[in-house]
Amino acid sequence: MQKVQNNKAWWLVLPVFLLVAFSALIPLMTVVNYSVQDIFGPGQAFYVGTEWFKEVLSNERLQDSLIRQFIFSGAVLLIQIPLGIGVALMMPKSGIKGSLCLILLAIPLLIPWNVVGTIWQIFARGDIGLFGWGINQLGIDYNYTGDTLDAWLTVLLMDVWHWTPLVALLCYSGLRAIPEAFYQAAEIDRASKWAVFRYIQLPRLKSVLIIAVLLRFMDSFMIYIEPFVLTGGGPGSSTTFLSQTLTTMAIGQFDLGRAAAFSLIYFLIVLLISWLFFTAITHADKEK
Amino acid sequence: MRQTRSKNVGITLFILLLLTPIYWLLNMSFKTNQEILGGLTLWPQNFTLDNYAVIFTDPSWYSGYINSMIYVSINVVITLLVALPAAYAFSRYKFLGDKHLFFWLLSNRMAPPAVFLLPFFQLYSSIGLFDTHIAVALAHCLFNVPLAVWILEGFMSGVPREYDEMAYIDGYSFPKFFVKVFLPMIRSGIGVTAFFAFMFSWVELLLARTLTSVDAQPIGAIMTRTIGASGIDWGVLAAAGSLTIIPGLLVIWFVRNHVAKGFALGRV
Repeated sequence: MQKVQNNKAWWLVLPVFLLVAFSALIPLMTVVNYSVQDIFGPGQAFYVGTEWFKEVLSNERLQDSLIRQFIFSGAVLLIQIPLGIGVALMMPKSGIKGSLCLILLAIPLLIPWNVVGTIWQIFARGDIGLFGWGINQLGIDYNYTGDTLDAWLTVLLMDVWHWTPLVALLCYSGLRAIPEAFYQAAEIDRASKWAVFRYIQLPRLKSVLIIAVLLRFMDSFMIYIEPFVLTGGGPGSSTTFLSQTLTTMAIGQFDLGRAAAFSLIYFLIVLLISWLFFTAITHADKEK
Repeated sequence: MRQTRSKNVGITLFILLLLTPIYWLLNMSFKTNQEILGGLTLWPQNFTLDNYAVIFTDPSWYSGYINSMIYVSINVVITLLVALPAAYAFSRYKFLGDKHLFFWLLSNRMAPPAVFLLPFFQLYSSIGLFDTHIAVALAHCLFNVPLAVWILEGFMSGVPREYDEMAYIDGYSFPKFFVKVFLPMIRSGIGVTAFFAFMFSWVELLLARTLTSVDAQPIGAIMTRTIGASGIDWGVLAAAGSLTIIPGLLVIWFVRNHVAKGFALGRV
């Protein structure tokens, strides 16, 4: 659409600007302020410059949890995006069945995150949970509270259960936006199912998929409550992701300077990767 | 037609797998603690509503649901009120710094809540909003407003400019045009936005828990008290969890047709 240059549009954006500035800029400035000081108590703070940043970057515990975080987010994207597309393709196109699928699919999304953790905490237990019990019945030794790999896989499975529906819903509405004429043309050309998917559906899904990838990346990178309830970050620190390390540092140990420096680095990583996605989006727009 | 059938089997299987953990929670909420810990039963042998009775008869329990509903509603209203004009501006006009502003807005959606935990606590304490519903609602705007602007902008860009111009020629003032003509045209968009705003506010706990102590405590924080000295009260925990699913079900029921219509999101 042709847009008109009009700086008065700022008046329309002003409420959003003020609101977000209030709840984002002020806290962010506080964090920046903390990150360059060593705070012993009220009124007892010393300027330490970039000391905290240096220390955080060389802190092994943080590096470990950063690596764990990247592996986890990568696994999440690799599983959820293809699975979500597959589910969206299988969903009935319209009618009561379509609505029903939509509602049932959306249920996991609307459960508070701590309840998601609780559900899996119960469900995966060997004694009172159907899943844990079933796996053990199959003769596989499974115990998510004791075994590192089991715990990690359980957190991953929980996230797949929790968020694949979002990818599916986004793709589903993307698919509904494809005009029927495209399919008819493909039928006349006797295009194979794969060709229809590859050359009609996938290109049209691109924009929705970018959003899905972006949302899933951002949210999986910030995951906190669910693993915290499910495993408490253990056993050891096998499921301690970035947010939990940070929260322990800030609230648990009240280590403000270090936590603030860590926060900023954390934020910058998410920002950088998301910015890469965002430029990919605008580039795709220009090509159109 | 065999293809359709295999598709149906596939989607049914997926949804069944999706619902199993939820069934297990429901199943447990109707059991006594003896039965839960006694062994694995696929459905309640001694069906009981006691777990739910505990929640519905104790104000300190059910007030958690009310608190959560209040701050989520406030959040959805604020989000829509500020995001609608902003999304209109982004979809219709070029203005100084529009692209930077848009990315800056989005960048707030990317900020991990853990980062803002402590500053938020101090900010809201210092202006006397700690432990109020409005504090949580405002805090949740941090990630809901950017998302709302993003979604709404996509819907608004789908409405041709000619409508705006026609309305002016017909003598509509801007506010009248916006409310009477424009908003009804993007009904679906408002529905979808409200759904997402509700969803992300309803499920968030980290900020909600940090910004409240008693008067505005969300249900998620209250649930932790089922863990007592004598172990976990599984039955009540399951019942409380099951009840948190209901508001979401109602909301998705209302917006199902908007989502099904298909939406091309945002400026992508």
